[in-house]
Amino acid sequence: MNFKLLYEISVSLLLARWKQTLVAAIGVTFSITMFVALLSFMTGLNDLLDGLILNRTPHIRLYNELKPNETQPINSTNKQLGTYNFIQSIKPSNKGLQIQGAGAIIKSLQLDPRVLGVAPKIVCQGFYQVGSTDLTGVINGIDVAEENRLFKFSDYVVDGNYQDLKNTPNSIVLGKGAAETMLVQVGDIVQITSTKGVKMQLKVVGFFRSGLQDIDKVQSFTSLKTAQKLLGEGNNYISDIQIKLHDILQAPTIAKEYQKLYGVDAIDIQTANSQFETGSKVRTIISFTVGITLLIVAGFGIYNILNMMIYEKMDSIAILKASGFSGKDVKAVFIGIAVSIGIFGGGLGLLSGFGLSALIDQIPFETASLPTIKTYPINYNPNFYIIGGIFSIITTYFAGYFPARKASQIDPVIIIRGK
Amino acid sequence: MEKKVLEAKNIVKYFHDPISIQVLKNVQFSLNQGEFASIIGKSGCGKSTLLYILSTMDTDFEGEVWIDGVSTTGKKEAELAKIRHEKIGFVFQFHYLLNEFTVLKNVMLPGEKLGNYSKQEIEHRAMEKLRILGIEKEALKKPNQLSGGQKQRVAIARSLINDPIIIMGDEPTGNLDKKNSDIVFNIFKELAESYQQTLLIVTHDNEFAQNTHRIIEMVDGEIVRS
Repeated sequence: MNFKLLYEISVSLLLARWKQTLVAAIGVTFSITMFVALLSFMTGLNDLLDGLILNRTPHIRLYNELKPNETQPINSTNKQLGTYNFIQSIKPSNKGLQIQGAGAIIKSLQLDPRVLGVAPKIVCQGFYQVGSTDLTGVINGIDVAEENRLFKFSDYVVDGNYQDLKNTPNSIVLGKGAAETMLVQVGDIVQITSTKGVKMQLKVVGFFRSGLQDIDKVQSFTSLKTAQKLLGEGNNYISDIQIKLHDILQAPTIAKEYQKLYGVDAIDIQTANSQFETGSKVRTIISFTVGITLLIVAGFGIYNILNMMIYEKMDSIAILKASGFSGKDVKAVFIGIAVSIGIFGGGLGLLSGFGLSALIDQIPFETASLPTIKTYPINYNPNFYIIGGIFSIITTYFAGYFPARKASQIDPVIIIRGK
Repeated sequence: MEKKVLEAKNIVKYFHDPISIQVLKNVQFSLNQGEFASIIGKSGCGKSTLLYILSTMDTDFEGEVWIDGVSTTGKKEAELAKIRHEKIGFVFQFHYLLNEFTVLKNVMLPGEKLGNYSKQEIEHRAMEKLRILGIEKEALKKPNQLSGGQKQRVAIARSLINDPIIIMGDEPTGNLDKKNSDIVFNIFKELAESYQQTLLIVTHDNEFAQNTHRIIEMVDGEIVRS
């Protein structure tokens, strides 16, 4: 087959009706633009919403739960066949919230190749004292550096510097809501009383805002050492170990494994946030449905335009066939036309899709819950561009293929004699 | 004896739709090199049908067609297309030029498809054909800028590009006025006499036919004069 000649013919046919060609190409361009921009925007939003949970939640949390002892003493002495012990008013046993051997556990976790990072934490109940009133609060003792690396702690500290928590002894990052109630500024001193009765003066080095008012009124952060002092415990006291994994999907199995291995309670993110899983899944399904719908509609548009084009060129096809071109040549010419419309329109669509995404990226979007977000989120995932590009070529190929096959089967005698 | 370019042996053709009708009854004739023949007859007598059978475009018939000493019977579609492409030139009632291309390119296309010569050579040959037909000045125009007579001459130039051994015409002057018809006729005549080109033209135009070397007259699917 003489490709150069066929190429020349395709180009001439394309340029002879350049307006129609342009309309067809614009159809492709528009749909690819919308596909890329919409998917980038929707997955951007999706990632943002996922991030709300994922950034702040450990994949696995190791802790001790307050619960009654599973083996009550009576059961070990009275084991006769056919008898049962009915025990009433069981109370949780006071084994404490401390994770025994936390230091060793953290060390061994850090050696596990599946683990991205480990951050210890101490949860401590207490009161903020303002004048004569007490506000209840939860003070979290954290390892500042690890907490920031794994859970983007700095993103949620709105005033002050989170680093000061590490550098200043006896300091605290207060929840924004609690700070407003207490009318304190960064640099002020607040008094905290823990449930163990320890009183401490702590310097406010920053404010924390999660976006949930109820949490901001209660939560505050301090260093591990300060929390240990508040609880009157030694410096090996840890109540929670937060683990981030490389692969979040493995969390449930690894959680079970750790529970057995370390003899503590372990909860994975999927179990702790099952509503998040559902929401995320539904949003993904929605974006893909919309994306696929767009592409299919675009595909039919391209098919229609090309089909029309080929019916208009029926005479030309008959002449080409009568002057020695085979059905195969005719098919190649029309598929060539279709695919070049696809490549040209699709390429332009990818460019303007990128442009539109960049434009959306500039629109201001400020929300109290996300202090770091200033504009609408866009996910510049190259996969969307690859899918869009491949799709535009495949659809135009098929949109061209069926009419082209029809064209290749035209009997020139019928068209010529029909005149 | 002169070389036989085209020979039809006992050609029988039926149309089956809507009812079986015998269109051609034992058509038999042959054409020698350099002959300028016309087929005449009333509408529906089967002359166009015969032409399309002779041109190998229609293969649904009984009998044999020999072109340049080769029988077309039993040949595959691709082989027939090759024969048609190399040995037969067509001129139709309607010019069938592609408006997307220049006149020159229209003439060149079948030659480029056949690919026996380089592009420059084909272009040179195409210009030569246009010169023979007296329209070399229009070479770079688009067909829709030409008059009907000029278009038909371009179509003739196109049919000549591969040096076919026979040119077949289906009412090539049917759409032309008297003046242009005469021009086209004179071109055919010159081709036959100066270049030994064999021509077989189906026509309604009796005056046109009278001036050809040989008239084949058909009535109801039979040749009554040849």
